[in-house]
Amino acid sequence: MKIAVLVKQTFDTEAKIILDVNGKISSSGVSLIMNPYDEFAVEEGLRIKEKEGGEVTVISVGGQQAQDALRQALAMGADKAVLVDQGEAELDEYATATILAKAISDLEYDLILGGFRAIDDGSAQVAGRVAEILNIPVVNVVTGLEIEGGKAVATRETESGSEVLEVPLPAVITAQKGLNEPRYPSMKGIMKAKKKPMDKKTLADLGLDDGKISAKVKALSFSLPEPRKAGKVIPGEAAEAARELARLLREEAKVI
Amino acid sequence: MDYSIFTAEHEAVRKTIRKFVDTELMPHTEQWEKDAYFADWVFPRMGELGFLSLRYPEKYGGAGGDYFMGLVLAEEMARCCIGGLPMAVAVQTDMATPPIMQFGTEEQKQKYLVPALKGQKVACLGITEPNAGSDVASIQTRAVRDGDYWVINGRKTFITNGVRADFITLVAKTNPDLGYNGVSLFLVDKGTPGFTVTRKLDKVGMRSSDTAELLFEDCRVRAENLLGVENRGFHQIMWELQGERLIGAAGAVAGAQYTFEKALAYARQRVQFGKPLVKLQVIAHRLAEMATEIEAARQLVYSTARKFAAGEYPVREISMAKLVGGQVSFRVADMALQIYGGYGYMMEYDVQRAWRDSRLYRIGGGTDEIMKEVIAKTMGL
Ligand SMILES: Cc1cc2nc3c(=O)[nH]c(=O)nc-3n(C[C@H](O)[C@H](O)[C@H](O)COP(=O)(O)OP(=O)(O)OC[C@H]3O[C@@H](n4cnc5c(N)ncnc54)[C@H](O)[C@@H]3O)c2cc1C
Repeated sequence: MKIAVLVKQTFDTEAKIILDVNGKISSSGVSLIMNPYDEFAVEEGLRIKEKEGGEVTVISVGGQQAQDALRQALAMGADKAVLVDQGEAELDEYATATILAKAISDLEYDLILGGFRAIDDGSAQVAGRVAEILNIPVVNVVTGLEIEGGKAVATRETESGSEVLEVPLPAVITAQKGLNEPRYPSMKGIMKAKKKPMDKKTLADLGLDDGKISAKVKALSFSLPEPRKAGKVIPGEAAEAARELARLLREEAKVI
Repeated sequence: MDYSIFTAEHEAVRKTIRKFVDTELMPHTEQWEKDAYFADWVFPRMGELGFLSLRYPEKYGGAGGDYFMGLVLAEEMARCCIGGLPMAVAVQTDMATPPIMQFGTEEQKQKYLVPALKGQKVACLGITEPNAGSDVASIQTRAVRDGDYWVINGRKTFITNGVRADFITLVAKTNPDLGYNGVSLFLVDKGTPGFTVTRKLDKVGMRSSDTAELLFEDCRVRAENLLGVENRGFHQIMWELQGERLIGAAGAVAGAQYTFEKALAYARQRVQFGKPLVKLQVIAHRLAEMATEIEAARQLVYSTARKFAAGEYPVREISMAKLVGGQVSFRVADMALQIYGGYGYMMEYDVQRAWRDSRLYRIGGGTDEIMKEVIAKTMGL
């Protein structure tokens, strides 16, 4: 079983987002992590490999710092990594998916895994677009996965329950929280991750140029949420205070 | 340009340990302090994750990392908000077991070191006695040869991990006439007849760590339980103490960093006289002073660690790092407590614990005074 896992390096969930002078999101001083949903995907890939045999390749589009996420996956047990450096190109979901699909089409694959969304822009588009470009089925937001006889049987939670779906391989499956509990990278794995192959490519290496991946969506502006206002403490006897609270909720906050 | 002594691998290990500390330790630390005992599962769990053997060769189950990997462990453990557990781990990784790696036979390594690195055997180190603390050479515990056995009699006190330990790396006199040239090390299993834990001691701080008083009464151990060379034990334990002091200093400084970060966050949000405390120059300067002292101590730890990692034996710098690390950690905790005001004096805030825990660093592993004594000697005084 040849498994490809799409991995994105994102801001730490605890990172404080600030905008730079140009109104763009500033990444200075922010610690980076592997997108948590991609961690589920890597873990699932490793579990399938451990059961079925095969090979796990992790793939990322990003600058040199994205190596850290790939090395983490290698330290967890992935076999090799592909990093596509997009250089100066501005990417949207279409562009990223185009690059990933191109990189994957150079590999052998039976199964493509990814997080169902990235915690930074949260667009939840890339994996689905990769499937579309490669002309293979996709099952999104999966919390259970079995591979049997050239097929994937995936469980997904819906608003009113859950459903079990079957698709022929190769297919794209995207991971939701609950799919598994990702392992820690092993200490030996971390120290050996540098020795595992990491194939670094440029857009030109993939036969892509700015024209083929020029972004169709352009971010016009970003704004931060209003800072939270200080809370209000309502003094007095419980019964009295409760009455006042109800009044404020109705008249001031207008929530009841 | 990155001037750090830490590589991407060190940082990856750091990230992993930090996650472990946050998700698996932090939810329990409060309870462990109350119980005056952290759960027994911690050592095997840390062993399973490879944290106890980072800098040991693969041959003994380690990850084959360098000395700085051990430093990363000490630094990250110091952020678990209690001092006792990191201290217990440091005893396991950097105090009771390095002599086995350094001086032990292959059999001793297989029997004691390998399971200790897996967290399956807990180790403790027995130097201090009721009548011999700073003056290590004056220990009274005796080991007398009897055929294929050594017969041990004596007492040890203040022994970290002593209650839960599966074995002790024990310092005893084998020839009382030879002074410090008559000292030897032994590995003694818990459960050996004549070896008993007489008391679990009640402490001001480091409460989650178990500290024991031990008694050896005609305790017979086999000749092969002698560790290293007979009568060379004093030199061997002086070697051990260098690693102990350096890792102690690293942990103390990292603990101070954590306490500082908490105090800074508190001072940002506590409002008095219409503005956050950090807007008061006195407080801002105090925080600047704390940050500076921590940085100075940390750089001494790092530069000393570099020498130590390269196989040098920098006794003077290690003693300096231990001295300044211990002092800075307590001073920072004290300044932090002052910043918290009355809240700092309340048990429900962590800073009081940092204040109690950090006091130990000026005593354990050799007191401030003994560090100054060692440093003065290197100056020919
Ligand atoms: C929580 C805790 C954990 C410990 N864990 C261990 C352990 O795992 N294993 C172990 O073997 N030991 C352990 N110790 C013991 C520790 O190493 C000793 O407490 C320490 O070395 C000091 O010895 P002492 O307590 O006997 O003090 P003493 O030696 O009696 O010293 C009393 C005072 O006199 C000063 N003093 C002594 N000699 C001199 C001198 N020559 N010049 C100037 N001043 C001097 C000291 O600095 C100190 O201020 C632990 C101690 C504590 C508190």
